[in-house]
Amino acid sequence: MKVSVDYDLCESNAICMGIAPEVFEVRDDDLLYILDENPPEELRARVEEAIKRCPKQALSLED
Amino acid sequence: MSVLIVGASLAGLSAAETLRSSGYKDEIVVVDGWDSLPSDRPPLSKQVLAGEWPPEKATQRAASHLHEWDLDLRLGLAATSIQVDPDSSGPGRVTLTDGTAVEPDGLIIATGSRPRNVTDQRIDGVHLLRNLEDSLALRDDLDATDGPVVVIGAGFIGAEVAATCRSLGRDVTLIEAAPSPLMRVFPQAIGDFVADLHRANGVDVRLGVGVAELECDPTGRISGVRMSDGSLVEAAVVVVGIGVIPNVEWLADSPLRLDNGIHCDETCLAAPGVVAAGDVASWYNPRYRRQMRVEQWEHAIQQGEYAAKRILAEMGFGDTDMQALGAFDPVPWFWSDQYDKKIQMAGFPDASDEMVLVEGSFAEGRFAVLFRRGDECSAVLGVNRPRHVMQARMKLEASLDWDGVISLFR
Ligand SMILES: Cc1cc2nc3c(=O)[nH]c(=O)nc-3n(C[C@H](O)[C@H](O)[C@H](O)COP(=O)(O)OP(=O)(O)OC[C@H]3O[C@@H](n4cnc5c(N)ncnc54)[C@H](O)[C@@H]3O)c2cc1C
Ligand code: SF4
Repeated sequence: MKVSVDYDLCESNAICMGIAPEVFEVRDDDLLYILDENPPEELRARVEEAIKRCPKQALSLED
Repeated sequence: MSVLIVGASLAGLSAAETLRSSGYKDEIVVVDGWDSLPSDRPPLSKQVLAGEWPPEKATQRAASHLHEWDLDLRLGLAATSIQVDPDSSGPGRVTLTDGTAVEPDGLIIATGSRPRNVTDQRIDGVHLLRNLEDSLALRDDLDATDGPVVVIGAGFIGAEVAATCRSLGRDVTLIEAAPSPLMRVFPQAIGDFVADLHRANGVDVRLGVGVAELECDPTGRISGVRMSDGSLVEAAVVVVGIGVIPNVEWLADSPLRLDNGIHCDETCLAAPGVVAAGDVASWYNPRYRRQMRVEQWEHAIQQGEYAAKRILAEMGFGDTDMQALGAFDPVPWFWSDQYDKKIQMAGFPDASDEMVLVEGSFAEGRFAVLFRRGDECSAVLGVNRPRHVMQARMKLEASLDWDGVISLFR
């Protein structure tokens, strides 16, 4: 499972961090950092939830 | 088994997706009175109206997944009534505009809301904003005119439209009957900040005055807005953003209780076999110990998910366990973009709550505040402080306890 973010779309509103803080972090510079590009399988449901709730449709998941 | 979802927008399609991801494989019928799939609405007052995004970018994320969910999607068909047969269990018979009826085992109502207007008449140059077509029509009208724009109502949509029109270089007057903008959601201090933000960006903000009349030129097109204090504001284009009305008229003869939307219990259940979600649903949120109806994007997704699980439990599907599901008690979150400011709030503040600044300052236009009600933190609000808002929201989701939330900032 590989997570990627389209930084042209992301507006750093941190919704994804609220759902899966192990994977997503918005820091004080207002940028989103992916902490784990290949998160373990047990996080899949929450990563998918973050993708669903991202208001900018900026996140995607490969396999 | 069969489930009927009325409304194919955010809440309805979130419910459909959740039914499938929960393993439900039987029939899902989805109806919507709109002829095409409703668009994603937030960009309609922002990027699409500004012309920064092509219209097709305001498409719901669900659009590219519909084929995976195997839905019987019937667009252009609205539900017109529910008849409940006292002898049968289940939610009843739902009649559609083409005269056909659906008799599901579970009914999810997600009919959303529509904008209120100041007049019953259709007047050239007066706009409401809900659908993509509305946004494009307003955009065309802005292209075709160069006179002043008057926005009636400083709620979110009005405030965002005012900001977008300023970014397009238009003269803008923002009229609000309340003493400060966004009073339905924000305490006054924040409303005052928003009013100042608009003034600093050149908007003529008029607070505490109502609209007496819309004035037209001899061709019947809008020419100005007569205020309750007698003054006249010239207008080439008027946008009305004075709040929304839940779409419940079709339920008037049903046994459902209608009271500021569809009245539901703390599990979003409106009647046996019937749940509601999104802008149309009023439910009891035990976290805040009150009945509430929330008109926010992320909330519609969340409540749609919950409603799907709730209806599966109601239908006795699989091992959905009500005990484990619990009540629906979210900490609602939303954002609004105005100029270079991202305003975000999580929670549910009251006008009388104490406001405590925890980060930044109003003067630099970048801050976070908490709202305190007794021993509880009712809400967090940030302007260009997304990290702080979200961290506080995560705390609030665990507990509203004031000490816990304030400890994040000390
Ligand atoms: C211009 C605009 C900007 C916004 N910006 C933001 C923002 O920045 N942040 C934020 O948090 N929120 C924002 N929102 C609010 C957010 O979009 C709504 O809360 C959300 O769309 C609610 O989703 P819903 O599915 O409950 O209802 P809706 O999106 O209203 O959808 C209801 C659907 O039900 C259908 N329907 C109605 N009656 C019937 C019937 N009888 N039979 C069949 N179908 C029916 C309608 O056609 C519609 O498609 C904005 C809204 C607008 C209009
Ligand atoms: S939810 Fe989407 S827009 Fe928000 S920070 Fe995450 S990726 Fe960016």
